[in-house]
Amino acid sequence: MKYEAVIGLEVHAQLLTDTKIFCNCSTKFGAAPNSHTCPICLGMPGVLPVLNKKVVEYAIKMGLATHCRINAQCSFARKNYFYPDLPKGYQISQYAEPLAEFGHVDIEINGEKKAIGITRIHMEEDAGKLLHDEHNPVSYVDLNRTGVPLIEIVSEPDMRSAEEAAAYLKRLHEILVYLEICDGNMEEGSFRCDANISLRPWGETAFGIRTELKNMNSFRNVQRALEYEIKRQQYILDDGGEVVQETRLWEDGQGVTHSMRSKEEAHDYRYFPDPDLVPIDIGRDWVDEVEKNLPELPLAKRERFMGEYQISAYDAGVLTVSRALADYFEEVAKRSGKPKIAANWVMGDILKFLNEEKKDIKDCPITPSALADLIGLIDKGTISGKMAKDVVEQMYQTGKAPTAIIEEKGMVQITDESTLSKIISEVIEANPEQVAQYRSGKEKVFGFFVGQIMKATQGKANPKIINDLLKKMLTKS
Amino acid sequence: MELNQLTIHELQNRLRAGEATALEIVQALFKRIETVESRLKAYISLMKEDAFEGAIRADEAIKKGDINPLTGIPIALKDIYCTKGVRTTCGSRILHNYIPPYNATVVEKLQQAGAIFTGKTNMDEFAMGSSTETSFFGATRNPWDPERIPGGSSGGSAVAVAADECIAALGSDTGGSIRQPAALCGVVGMKPTYGRVSRFGLIAFASSLDQIGPFTKDVEDCAIIMNCIAGYDPKESTSVPADVPDYRDFLSRDIKGWTIGVPKEYFIEGIDPEVEQAVRQAIKVVEGLGAKTRDVSLPRTKYCLAVYYIVAPAEASSNLARYDGIKYGYRTPDSLDLLDMYKKSRSDGFGAEVKRRIMLGTYALSSGYYDAYYKKASQVRALIKQDFDEVFRTCDIILTPTTPTPAFKLGEKTDDPLQMYLSDILTISANLAGIPGISVPCGFSGSGLPIGLQFLASHFEEGKLMQIASAYEKNANLEKRRPHL
Repeated sequence: MKYEAVIGLEVHAQLLTDTKIFCNCSTKFGAAPNSHTCPICLGMPGVLPVLNKKVVEYAIKMGLATHCRINAQCSFARKNYFYPDLPKGYQISQYAEPLAEFGHVDIEINGEKKAIGITRIHMEEDAGKLLHDEHNPVSYVDLNRTGVPLIEIVSEPDMRSAEEAAAYLKRLHEILVYLEICDGNMEEGSFRCDANISLRPWGETAFGIRTELKNMNSFRNVQRALEYEIKRQQYILDDGGEVVQETRLWEDGQGVTHSMRSKEEAHDYRYFPDPDLVPIDIGRDWVDEVEKNLPELPLAKRERFMGEYQISAYDAGVLTVSRALADYFEEVAKRSGKPKIAANWVMGDILKFLNEEKKDIKDCPITPSALADLIGLIDKGTISGKMAKDVVEQMYQTGKAPTAIIEEKGMVQITDESTLSKIISEVIEANPEQVAQYRSGKEKVFGFFVGQIMKATQGKANPKIINDLLKKMLTKS
Repeated sequence: MELNQLTIHELQNRLRAGEATALEIVQALFKRIETVESRLKAYISLMKEDAFEGAIRADEAIKKGDINPLTGIPIALKDIYCTKGVRTTCGSRILHNYIPPYNATVVEKLQQAGAIFTGKTNMDEFAMGSSTETSFFGATRNPWDPERIPGGSSGGSAVAVAADECIAALGSDTGGSIRQPAALCGVVGMKPTYGRVSRFGLIAFASSLDQIGPFTKDVEDCAIIMNCIAGYDPKESTSVPADVPDYRDFLSRDIKGWTIGVPKEYFIEGIDPEVEQAVRQAIKVVEGLGAKTRDVSLPRTKYCLAVYYIVAPAEASSNLARYDGIKYGYRTPDSLDLLDMYKKSRSDGFGAEVKRRIMLGTYALSSGYYDAYYKKASQVRALIKQDFDEVFRTCDIILTPTTPTPAFKLGEKTDDPLQMYLSDILTISANLAGIPGISVPCGFSGSGLPIGLQFLASHFEEGKLMQIASAYEKNANLEKRRPHL
């Protein structure tokens, strides 16, 4: 039978605040175990939480960026369960009154656009980590991560394939990073994803029985796990069986999902409003203020680049992958006045250099204005495009200005026609055989002459002038 | 009179006049503690060394003229406040060895005011009880009759004040845990408005109901302590940033022209006739001071106990989840796995009443029951608050008995939780509504047991409570008695 997959994602994103959500401890990753803790995040008896306003601001940003309604009042609730990494025995989260609801994110697959609904975005605190001793039956608790702020972004069950799910996830990731509210690091767990997936016979509108997938810590694994799970469920259904509602873990090494706990074993979280925190009023003024300071988002930027700079959708996509890269390109484009050429340089040489060294655009030794200067020098004919390739490499290695490099290496282009005519005559005279070939209609040898001239000038000859002069001189005599 | 029998304001005068030293006061207190403590068990832990050191420091400060409101005054703390470096048990085995790394805000405030701490007083385990019998450390006894309970949960603090084992004490009141033992021990006890005194560092029982307040020998002392502990705390989200008046200013004001509401629902069947008579007499006293009394109704009173026993256990079931044997406190010495460790640590670490309430609360919050119990209770709670708002539109104060009966005997109600719960029936409503209340002595029963009178006021009207309680205290002409021990 033909089936349709129904997929919804729950994404947890760590927010880039300096301090935790309910205390003043640092949120920095990688510190010695339990060094970023205090009585509050340790859940000592008698402590009380006080909300970090920055968390609300960041969450509002994400709500606005995903077209959500920001609720005028939201509140915190306790999610109760026992686990050693949860020192209070409950997680402070949001339940009945989340911060934002009814949003959407637009994805595009093979040129087809689709809106994926956002059910809700809410704030909550992260839990700690358990470290298991490999040799002894002992576990240790590290509570540095406890109380690090998270937003949970819950999608509608709007995705119909693993590919769509991956596209949605990438889009969310991109927005979070653009907003500079999450570093998006999936390996360190700053951006985590769980998936709900069910199948239904093609044409059916009711949902099938779903499973929840966990432990997928890369875009690729999310897609792989969903593809695997679609096949697994299909197999069960084709066999006349019934999918069991349960939570399953993705096993990266084996490329399969394993049952973790069944519906019967599922927790009853006993949510109730946290009496230690008061409801948060989010006034229109606050939302407007955040909205005013919202950066241009990737999709809008992409469309603007295509219109304003006349670059292709593909190029616009590459150049807006990160806010820093887009800013870099845009500055080069503006300063040089040659956006298309700027795009080629940034996407070509600059990204190549950076990728080779696994560096970020923020660490690029070539400033946008230096690159714009280089483009200007080519345009003026001071150097040829070919020479520029060498110059840009020097620029990347030394961080020097293009003019300085050109001067140092004596790389100024030869544009003087009499000088060039003399060189051309010499080359023509030295190669009578090729001249004869050219004149008999074998125009391919033209390149040979250009090569010889370049060799004679160490590449400094202005190619356009050579072209014109050579053509004239070859036909003339 | 011995120094330990005096009030804060009397001692302040003596200290300032150089007629007594803090060291003498502390010496007198510990002499008294040595004499009576074995019979009363008011304290779980004594802080004798700290107290003597504190007294020496206080005397030096006084010599330099560096005098704060509580300089040299020994105060007892209910063992529910976190005290840095001093064991804090909450009356429970599960915290029997717990030493907090920080001080509660009220502890800091009292310290800044110059107070000396005598020790940590006994209480019902996690403040769950009305008799101080559920403490892991044994029951506290009423100084007026050691066969009887002192009330609870802050029984230790009430007894320490009543038996002159401290000058004043702090308690906490979730459903009457200050006012009820104050009434049964013949001292003054106040529960301030929810949000008036910081809860930071108070080990939580029911977060939306818990409030901190003083036990004192008279109303003036109550005002002095409130001046030191009331006020906004940025460490508590439910703390209210309202101005705090000087409560002593209210002590000398009259109550002429006030309207006092007497709610018919508080003179219920089952109320002890001697209690009713004492309270009726008190009504005459306030009328004699120029106040009008009128019968009022708080129609949802009958739901208070039911609402309380859903809301409080529900919050408690969550608040007490952190006692899991992992980070601090009691952990079972033998367990098979994580679940077994949780089960054994919590089964052995908590007493019967605490476990009963954790189960009640867990049930009330369970999926499928939440709407019928917790949600419904929260809605009724809002209506109970409306009842009070309605009455306070026309009344300055509400006057009621604090407890239905004087102190009952040890063991009398331990096997009947419902009977035990009923002893808080007149005090619980103030916690549900978040309003302030005070209990002041209003006489004795025929068998010599203290009886308490309760005044309730609207939110943040603690000043009015001081005003009427002080006026009543001065004009009631009550016989001055001390417990014979």
